Amino acid sequence: MVVIGAGMVGAACAYYLARAGLSVTVVDRGSVSGGTSGAGEGNLLLSDKERGPELDLALRSHQLWRDLNDEGLGPDFEYEAKGGLVVAFAETDFAALQTFAATQRDAGVVTEEVTADRLSEFEPHLAPGLAGGFWYPQDAQVMPALAAARLLRASGAEVRLGTAVTGLQFSDGTVRGVRTTLGEIPAQHVVNAAGLWSGEIAELAGSTLPTQPRRGFVLVTEPLPPLIRHKVYSAAYVSDVSSSDAALQSSAVVEGTPSGPVLIGASRERVGLDRTPSYDALGRLAAQAAELFPFLERVDVQRYYCGFRPYLPDHLPAIGPDPRLSGFFHASGHEGAGIGLAPATGELIAALVAGEKTAVDAEPFNPARFASPQPQEEQR
Amino acid sequence: MSVQFTFDGRPLTAESGQTVGAALLAAGVQSWRTTRFGGRPRGLFCGIGVCFDCLVTVNGEPNVRACLTPIADGDAVTTQAGDGRG
Amino acid sequence: MAAAATAAEQGLRVALIDSGRQLGGQYFRHPAPGLNAPWIAHLHHGWSRFERLATRVETSHRIAVLFERQVWAIEPGFNVLTDRGPIAARNVILATGSYERVVPFPGWDLPGVFTAGGAQALLKGNLVLPGRRVVVAGTGPLLLPVAAGLSVAGANVLGLFEANRVRGYAKHPVPLLKNPAKFLEGVDFARQLLRARVPLRSGRMVVEAQGTDNLEAVVIAHSDGSNRRRIECDALAIGYGLAPQIDLGLTLGCENKLLSDGTVALRVDRSQRTSIRGCYAVGETAGIAGVECSLVEGEIAGLAVAGASPGGPLTPRRDRLRGFADVLRTQHPVPAAWRDHLTPDTLICRCEEVPARAVAEAVEDLGATDARTVKLLTRAGMGWCQGRVCGYAVACLARRDPAEPASAADLLAAAKRPLARPVRLSVLTELDQRNK
Ligand SMILES: Cc1cc2nc3c(=O)[nH]c(=O)nc-3n(C[C@H](O)[C@H](O)[C@H](O)COP(=O)(O)OP(=O)(O)OC[C@H]3O[C@@H](n4cnc5c(N)ncnc54)[C@H](O)[C@@H]3O)c2cc1C
Ligand SMILES: Cc1cc2nc3c(=O)[nH]c(=O)nc-3n(C[C@H](O)[C@H](O)[C@H](O)COP(=O)(O)OP(=O)(O)OC[C@H]3O[C@@H](n4cnc5c(N)ncnc54)[C@H](O)[C@@H]3O)c2cc1C
Ligand code: FES
Repeated sequence: MVVIGAGMVGAACAYYLARAGLSVTVVDRGSVSGGTSGAGEGNLLLSDKERGPELDLALRSHQLWRDLNDEGLGPDFEYEAKGGLVVAFAETDFAALQTFAATQRDAGVVTEEVTADRLSEFEPHLAPGLAGGFWYPQDAQVMPALAAARLLRASGAEVRLGTAVTGLQFSDGTVRGVRTTLGEIPAQHVVNAAGLWSGEIAELAGSTLPTQPRRGFVLVTEPLPPLIRHKVYSAAYVSDVSSSDAALQSSAVVEGTPSGPVLIGASRERVGLDRTPSYDALGRLAAQAAELFPFLERVDVQRYYCGFRPYLPDHLPAIGPDPRLSGFFHASGHEGAGIGLAPATGELIAALVAGEKTAVDAEPFNPARFASPQPQEEQR
Repeated sequence: MSVQFTFDGRPLTAESGQTVGAALLAAGVQSWRTTRFGGRPRGLFCGIGVCFDCLVTVNGEPNVRACLTPIADGDAVTTQAGDGRG
Repeated sequence: MAAAATAAEQGLRVALIDSGRQLGGQYFRHPAPGLNAPWIAHLHHGWSRFERLATRVETSHRIAVLFERQVWAIEPGFNVLTDRGPIAARNVILATGSYERVVPFPGWDLPGVFTAGGAQALLKGNLVLPGRRVVVAGTGPLLLPVAAGLSVAGANVLGLFEANRVRGYAKHPVPLLKNPAKFLEGVDFARQLLRARVPLRSGRMVVEAQGTDNLEAVVIAHSDGSNRRRIECDALAIGYGLAPQIDLGLTLGCENKLLSDGTVALRVDRSQRTSIRGCYAVGETAGIAGVECSLVEGEIAGLAVAGASPGGPLTPRRDRLRGFADVLRTQHPVPAAWRDHLTPDTLICRCEEVPARAVAEAVEDLGATDARTVKLLTRAGMGWCQGRVCGYAVACLARRDPAEPASAADLLAAAKRPLARPVRLSVLTELDQRNK
C-alpha cells in the first residue's frame, strides 16, 4: 500500500489504512507538511458549509477529530473545540444567515442564534453595531502541520521523504507499484494524496483530475493574550467559499491561537501559482479584521504567508477509485477544507480499499466524474 | 543633561539622549522582561533593534524596544511580563 | 548617505529613509548631542569622513532625510511602503546594512550576554558599558574593534577569544597587500589590546554561559570541548560575523547569491544594479564588505542611478575591497562544532523559547527535512524577530547529519522575511483605502 503525499490528507489516509491492518508506505518528494498543509490554517468548520455532500463529510470528520482527541492525540496537534461565531453587519445579511443556519440545522449542525445584544457575551471585543450572529459550538481548530506530522507518526507507516513519484507501475489494468526518484516500491494499492499536484499523478495513469490552485494570504499578528475566544467571521465569507470568481475575494476569519498570535485569513484568488505578494489582498484582510475587532488596528502584524488551495471545478474533493486503473485511488482537491475533511477522507479511502460499507455516501466524490470528456465548470 | 524616570516605581536618573535600555543598564538593571512561556528574565541582546529581546513597557505601552527608544524625562518604565498585554 | 549625496549631486531628487534618528548607520553610530566622555574620540575612526559626508547630505536641497520611518516592503514599480505611508520612487537603492549572526550555546539567553555589535552600539550610541568584566568571543574582524572600544572606555576585558585559527591569512597575501590600510587597522586594534593587557586567543569558543538570572561566568574551550576554562564575568559580547539585511530585496524578487560563510546577499552587476530594473543594492546588502566598500558602492550606485558612468578609481577600488572581504569571509566561518555543545534544554529560538530537544524531535521523529518544516513543527523562527537570530542555526539543525552543511534553500529561507519590519495593522488598512 503506497500513499503519495505526506500532507494532511495523505497522513489521514495512512492513519486509517494502517488502522485497518494494511502495511502502508508514505512517499513525499519534500518534507512532511511541505505542501499546502503547511501553508494554510487549521479551521475545522461546519459553519461555512451549506447542506450537501461536503457537509456530510465534514460532520463525519468532526466526529473523527473528536475521537482522535479522545484517544489522546489532541494536545499533540493543538486541538481546540473553541466554537465559531458568524456575524452579520446588516439586517439583510442576518436574515440570509438565519435561512442558511436553518438548512444546516436540518442536516445535523448544532447552531444557535445570537441576537445583537448578546454578541459581546461571546466576544467582548467585537465591534459595536452588528446586526447579530450565529454560534456554532462544533467548529474547532488544529495546528495543521503538527496534525499531519503527528498523525503520520501515530499511523506507524513507513515514511520516505525526499522521494518523488515519477511513474506508476501497472499491468492488466491493475496497479502494481510506484516508480520514484529513489527506486521502485511495489504495492497492490496506491493512493494519490498529492494535493495541488494530484492532477500530475492522475496523468501518470492516463486519468484526468483537473486540480487548480486558489491562492490565499494569511496575516499573523504579534502574540496577544486571549482577547479573541472563538473563530469569528462575517456572513460574507460563506458566499466567498463557494464562489468560482477569479477576482480577489476575502472575508477575514479572525481567530486566536494557543501560541498567542491572532491569525487573519484568508483571501481567495485564482492567479495560478503566483507567489508575488499582493498588498491589496493584505490590506483587505486587515481592513476586514479591524471591522470585526477594532482593537486590532493597534496591533502589529509580524508576518504573512501564502498558500494554494487545491480545488476542483465543482468545489468537491475527489475521493475514490480511479476510473481506469484498478487499485489506484484518489484523495485530493479539498480546496480550503482539506484539514477539516482529512480524517473522514482517510476513513472513506480505507473502507473503499477494503470494499466495506462507507460511513458517508461516497458517490458524490467519485473521481470518475472528471473522466473525459471534461465536464463544464459548474455555474453558481 | 540628566533626566528623571522610574523603573517599577523606583526613581532613577539617566543622561538625556540615552536609550531606555542603556539608561537601565547604567542604573544597574540588566533585565526588564520575563518570557511568555518560561518566565525567564531578558534584557538587551542585539542592541540594534533586531532581536526583540529587550521589550519593555513604557508609560503603559507594551512591547517597546528598549535598545531603540530614547528615554524621556518623567518616563514610567515597567517590567513586562509575557506578551505585555495580559 | 554616500549614494544619496552622489545621486543628488547628479541632479536627482532623493528621499533618504532610515528607521533611526541620526545619520551614520551602524559604523558611524554616535551619541546624541550632550552626551560626552573623555575617551569618545578613540571610538570613532574616520570621524572627519563622516562629517564631510553628513554635510553633503544635510546641505543638499534635493535630499529629504526621513528619519524614524520603517520600510516594511517595497511594491514593484516602486512604491516604498513605510509605517508612515507609501513613497513613490522611480529607482530604489537598498542600503539596509546587516545584523549580527550568533549561534546558540547553553545559557546564551541569560541577561548579560550581548551580541558583539550590540555591546558596541551601547557604547558608541550611549556611552554605557555592557558590564565591568567583559569577555569578547566568536569570530570575525568585528571582535577587535569591539574589544578595543570596551577596553578604552574602561571595561576590564578579560579576553578576546576568536574561534578560528587566524594563520590562514598568510595563504591570501595578494588581497591583503592590496588593502594595507584595512589590514593595518586590525593590527592597530590588536596592538591597543596588547597594551591594555587583554589576552588574545584564537581557536577557542564559548561553549557555555553560566548564571541563574544573570550572567555569572562563561566557559571557554577548544572547539572539541577540551581545555575547558571558566571565566567569571558580568558581560559577554559574542558574534559570529554579520549577515546582510536583504528582506526588502528578496521580497521584491531580486536575485541572490550564497556566500562562502553561509550568508546570502543580493546579486549585483558592476554598477550595483540588482536583477530588478531600477533597484540597486550597496554596502552590506551586496555581501558583507565593511564600511570602506559600502561608501564606494554608494558613490557608484549614486552615479549609475543618474545615468552617469562610475569611471575613475571607484570601480577598481570597490573590486579590491570586495576581494579583501572575500578573504575575510573564508577565514571566519562559524565553527561547525557549535552543534556539539548544545544540551537538550538549550534554547534555539529565543523568542518562542524552543529548546534543542524540540528541534531534534522534529527532524528525527516527525519528518522535517528542511528549515521551513522545522519552523512549522516547533515554532522556531516564528516569534518577534522572525528568525533573524535563530535562522542560521535552524538551517544547520534541519540537517540530520551534522557533517552536512545547511542547504542553500534553507539559508535563503533564513534570510527571507515577507515583512522587513513588523507593521501596525492600521497601516495595512490604509492600503485598502487607496483602492476605494
Ligand atoms: C491560506 C489557506 C488557508 C487554509 N485554511 C484552511 C482551514 O482553515 N481549514 C481547512 O480545513 N483547510 C484549510 N486550507 C486548505 C488545506 O490547507 C488544504 O486543503 C490541505 O492542506 C490539502 O492537503 P493535501 O494533503 O491534500 O495537500 P498537501 O498538503 O499539498 O500535500 C500534498 C503533498 O504531495 C506531495 N507531492 C506532490 N507531488 C508529488 C510527487 N510527484 N511525488 C511525491 N510527493 C508529491 C507534496 O510534496 C505535498 O507534500 C487552507 C489553505 C490555504 C492555502
Ligand atoms: C552592530 C554592528 C556593529 C558594527 N561595528 C563595526 C565596527 O566596529 N567596525 C567596522 O569596521 N564595521 C562594523 N560594522 C559593519 C559596518 O557597520 C558596516 O560595514 C557599514 O556600516 C556598512 O554600511 P551600510 O550603509 O551598508 O549599512 P549600515 O551602516 O548598517 O546602514 C543601514 C541603515 O539602514 C537602516 N535600515 C535598515 N533596514 C531598514 C528598514 N527596513 N527601514 C528603514 N531603515 C532601515 C538602518 O537603520 C541603518 O541606519 C558593524 C555592523 C553592525 C551591524
Ligand atoms: S536588544 Fe535586540 S531588539 Fe533591542
